[in-house]
Amino acid sequence: MSIFIDQSTRLVVQGITGRDGSFHAKQMISYGTKVVAGVTPGKGGQLFEGVVPVFNTVAEAVSETQANAAVIYVPAAVAASAIFEAADAGLGLIVCITEGIPVLDMTRVLPFVSERGARLIGPNCPGLISPGKSKVGIIPGNICKPGKIGVVSRSGTLTYEIIHQLSTQGYGQSSCVGIGGDPLIGTNFIHCLSAFQTDTETEAIVMIGEIGGTDEQQAAEFVRHGVTKPVVGFIAGQTAPPGRRMGHAGAIISGSSGTAAEKMAALERAGISVMKRPADVVPLLKERL
Amino acid sequence: MNLHEYQAREILQQHGIPVPPGEVAATPAEVKAIAERMGGKVVIKAQVHAGGRGKAGGVKLAADPADAAQKASQILGMTIKGLTVQKVLVAPAAEIASESYVGIIVDRASQRPVLMVSAAGGIDIEEVAAKTPEKIHRLAIDPRYGLLEHQALTLGFKLYSDAKQARAAAGIMQKLYTVVYAVGASLAEINPLVTTPDGKVQALDAKIVVDDNELDRRPEIAALRDPSAEAPAEVLARESGLTFIKLDGFVGCCVNGAGLAMATMDLVKYYGGEPANFLDIGGSSNPQKVVSALRIITGDPNVKAILFNIFGGITRGDDVANGIVQATQQFPLKVPIVIRLTGTNEREGIAILQKAGFSALGDMDEAVKRAVALV
Repeated sequence: MSIFIDQSTRLVVQGITGRDGSFHAKQMISYGTKVVAGVTPGKGGQLFEGVVPVFNTVAEAVSETQANAAVIYVPAAVAASAIFEAADAGLGLIVCITEGIPVLDMTRVLPFVSERGARLIGPNCPGLISPGKSKVGIIPGNICKPGKIGVVSRSGTLTYEIIHQLSTQGYGQSSCVGIGGDPLIGTNFIHCLSAFQTDTETEAIVMIGEIGGTDEQQAAEFVRHGVTKPVVGFIAGQTAPPGRRMGHAGAIISGSSGTAAEKMAALERAGISVMKRPADVVPLLKERL
Repeated sequence: MNLHEYQAREILQQHGIPVPPGEVAATPAEVKAIAERMGGKVVIKAQVHAGGRGKAGGVKLAADPADAAQKASQILGMTIKGLTVQKVLVAPAAEIASESYVGIIVDRASQRPVLMVSAAGGIDIEEVAAKTPEKIHRLAIDPRYGLLEHQALTLGFKLYSDAKQARAAAGIMQKLYTVVYAVGASLAEINPLVTTPDGKVQALDAKIVVDDNELDRRPEIAALRDPSAEAPAEVLARESGLTFIKLDGFVGCCVNGAGLAMATMDLVKYYGGEPANFLDIGGSSNPQKVVSALRIITGDPNVKAILFNIFGGITRGDDVANGIVQATQQFPLKVPIVIRLTGTNEREGIAILQKAGFSALGDMDEAVKRAVALV
């Protein structure tokens, strides 16, 4: 098994004729992902790479190809609209790679998506991969290996570093999910931890957090009560300077500064093994497995 | 992007929120002229993107126009948290009957704009929140319906028992919510919201932070940016599409991705060094970005060694390598450089580097250890 995506994932690529969209659509196809459709308004009727039909709208793509997931590579100015469209077309999984969506747009997108029962991953994320089965997004397929470790991360390239450490030392992955670094995201640590806990193939979980906000502390609370599998964690930003202050309101709402030390302590209290550096991931997993 | 207090006040005023009079000045002579027009005591406030202005001596009361000019000459040109004061706001010293707090921030946990109000406003509001959280009233606003009248009025009565004042405060809250979506703010705050001795409710001080992602579609807000109020290296970084924050250490770091950049700084510290900066060259690579990054890093006289940590995904190793080689053709690096390069097009990148006389490592810990040893 794996979480969120596997061989049954039928993907529509929004922005398939764009610079990033076309590059990564090719990468996903060569990895083995079932890319069944592309969408670029005005380019309906074309064939991408001679094989993938392009449609004007997501709804058309879904009714013609039975796509069940979307990945979004369109520019930031139209990305919120692309998420609305994918949710309206009834897709169950929407992965938004685009960086730079205004946070106020997301305050409208998120309730719309959840009312339609869809799962949004991102925005501003590298997407996800279930090694050997399917890849949706931009995580380099060649650094991953099929296996039993679930990886969930707020970061992009730091995730690649950790996956690289795992794969080169013989620890393959069931799924790796980059949830994105924006303040407002569709899928959080808890959703992924809960899915990995249920997934029969996953034996241990690696979670990679960052300074800022309180998502990691809430995830730690969830692990304490709801996760029986071993969890190893990392928090980036131990040496980061105290963040740019967001007026008084930032301090009032979180009640704390969301420092790395605070988050690492919360993880440890929940029984999570905390890495001091990325190279600690395999030694700590060995201790716990 | 931070707005200055005077800019935030203008925006509130444009949206119908009552703001007491105030004018901006850049010289003591201008301040004197404004004080003469205002006729009497004035308050002079530094316009700088740093909290704690008052405690740093950036806010002063002046008894008359001559005193105003003298106080202004003390404030203009002073440095607060590394930033030089270029402008001051001059306002009549108002008598205040009460101070409240009203703020709206986009909250990660509820994923909504949250309105927070307190009758205990003023400079100690954070202490109030920490010690007596029950004095802060919060409401998560549903963006589909906005801030409803009865919701605002309920909070208005938390600030004032007088119905007229409660209604005035409620109106201000609804207008502040309009401001948030009108300018693309991730934070809009009035502190203090005051009552005057004759019972009027007014916004005495305001702070607005605009979401940087909004600026492309709001050129009129982007035009409010004041580069003179920012550190020069950070202006160059922003214009080059880089994220840069200067620190006090000696190892200049250049990394792709914010998470990996932070983890690299942490590893520098782990091996006994001190990072000189946070620098993220971002997702897509082009050699020019790398040249700008090296220009910024080598501009810091504290830097004793340069450390590249690149894990190619979208970023391509050959682009980074070409950037490093081009930079060395344009200006001297002056200090040794350690390069870790792996991922997309690493072979091509390493070949380009070797041809120019550089070497590259594949392991992050190894590279960081070497860079720290060079300092």
